[in-house]
Amino acid sequence: MEIVKSAQSGTMQSSDLMIFLEPAEDLLIDIESTVKQQFEHLIRAQVEKVLELHQVSSGHIRINDRGALDYAIVARLEAGLKRACADHS
Amino acid sequence: MVRNSLGRSIPESFNGQRLTPYQDPFSYSPQGTHASRALRRFNPGQSKLLGSLREAIEAADLRDGMCIATHHHLRNGDALLGAVVRELDALGLRDITIASSSIHPVHAELIPYIQKGVISGFECGVNGQIGELASKGELNCPIVVRTHGGRARSIISGQVQVDAAFIAAPTCDCYGNMNGSQGPSACGSLGYAHTDALYAKKVIAVTDNLVPYPATPISIPQTLVDFVVPVESLGDPGKIVSTTTRITRDPVGLQIAKYAAQVIEASGLLQDGFSFQTGSGGISLAVADQVRRKMQQQKIKGSFGCGGITGYFVDMLEEGLFQTLFDVQCFDLNAVESIAKNAGHLEISADMYANPFNAGAVVNQLDCVILGATEVDVNFNVNVNTESNGLLLHNTGGHSDTAAGAKLSIITAPSIRGRLPIVRDELTTVTTPGETIDVIITERGIAVNDQHRELKNELLRRKLPVKEIQQLQEEIYSVTGRPRPLEFTDEVVALIEYRDGTIIDAVRKIKT
Repeated sequence: MEIVKSAQSGTMQSSDLMIFLEPAEDLLIDIESTVKQQFEHLIRAQVEKVLELHQVSSGHIRINDRGALDYAIVARLEAGLKRACADHS
Repeated sequence: MVRNSLGRSIPESFNGQRLTPYQDPFSYSPQGTHASRALRRFNPGQSKLLGSLREAIEAADLRDGMCIATHHHLRNGDALLGAVVRELDALGLRDITIASSSIHPVHAELIPYIQKGVISGFECGVNGQIGELASKGELNCPIVVRTHGGRARSIISGQVQVDAAFIAAPTCDCYGNMNGSQGPSACGSLGYAHTDALYAKKVIAVTDNLVPYPATPISIPQTLVDFVVPVESLGDPGKIVSTTTRITRDPVGLQIAKYAAQVIEASGLLQDGFSFQTGSGGISLAVADQVRRKMQQQKIKGSFGCGGITGYFVDMLEEGLFQTLFDVQCFDLNAVESIAKNAGHLEISADMYANPFNAGAVVNQLDCVILGATEVDVNFNVNVNTESNGLLLHNTGGHSDTAAGAKLSIITAPSIRGRLPIVRDELTTVTTPGETIDVIITERGIAVNDQHRELKNELLRRKLPVKEIQQLQEEIYSVTGRPRPLEFTDEVVALIEYRDGTIIDAVRKIKT
């Protein structure tokens, strides 16, 4: 998949996250989180795993996390990718 | 630095005071006698009425380096502490210690006066922004966090000497008789202020409802009060008491409450004479509601409810489920109304409620208490002071006091809050020692402290989901992942004093 337009997914509720995606030449993942100190490494690992699975290699992905569990991160990121990527992919 | 018996690193001294590391909940013995203050004489015709807080500060002869206190029954509606500090500043006073019974988010208004040097320390715990800034190293202002019982002890023993107590009095007469159950700022019990009235060098009643002599009922009597200051308003009544406190609707919370009620029933304590305390949180109230139904069904007549009192406990009193309510603080309007009209609803001091160094506090008679937690560890130690970002945001309240006193102290908490697991490898801060905690209840299972084999077996017999606490922890970690530990500097910004005055933990500045 390739990020070709701006899109977002998720909410700012506790235990959820918001993801903002934008086309970019490089791959850039910004993570803000209420539990950044404890869990940034796990959030990043989960995001990278999903991106790899969908073969996304570029784009600016901004995450505002409110303590979401892994399955919520996967679901929100996949929804965001579907909105941000070209229809045919 | 020394390590106390829980392995926490404690400085040898703090703010010029030498410290005693915490050892265990019950064996540290007091030395010495009660603190004292000068005798006084008031002759007929002598007036106690003063025109303003400024006159009161001058009349009390407050000087640089002295200590003042207020009580926190007005909670986040309190306007008095801020008003007193502004007057202290206007008079040019500096280096004042605040020994109030608690500090609330509204008191963030004090921050400029800390920065200016008017306030130089807190002999009390803090809720909200002051603790946050202290944790970040942005306020030079040592904080000593105490339990409700520990605060009473510190004043009675003279460890903390209050030079002037400013007591917000919702109803007061010109000679200082006061109560909290009447007037526009009615807050019910004045329990935390009783010790201040007895031990502060000068006692100033501040009221927005001056009534003709005598004000009755009398909660704090004229014999203890030096001056009376009428003011426009003590605060914002809308923020003093909640109109209602409500049961949680969250299914996780309700499941936890159901387990808690089943554990209480299994403990065998739920019989005639049962005594009980909960907080005002949604889960606590749901437990109270479950227990109430069981008491109704089984026609059990309890002895007393205590602590901060909510409308739920008032209903139980009025239904005859409890004979007495011991009330150190009213949590809602129903409790305020009840304390004014119900003969069985008694105002008690924090000393009577929870002080470990008197001839026996009410908590020692408690059967069961329901408590909360921010974090617990596999040794059942509990943190309620700091959040998992390392910031000091909450006062202890009666947590450690009731845990130590009650036969059955139960922690209720969701297993996960915003990805943070409730059971940790290491606590950010230890508030209450695991030795005084009997059961930890989450929606994923119930952990019983090893010292209660019989209860554990009974719970298993009743097919309740009992788990080893390590097992519970691993189960939760498998959902959340293992959190990375926070990093702190060596700089101590606050002490967590156990109820007996020994130091159970120190709060350090976070690394940013």
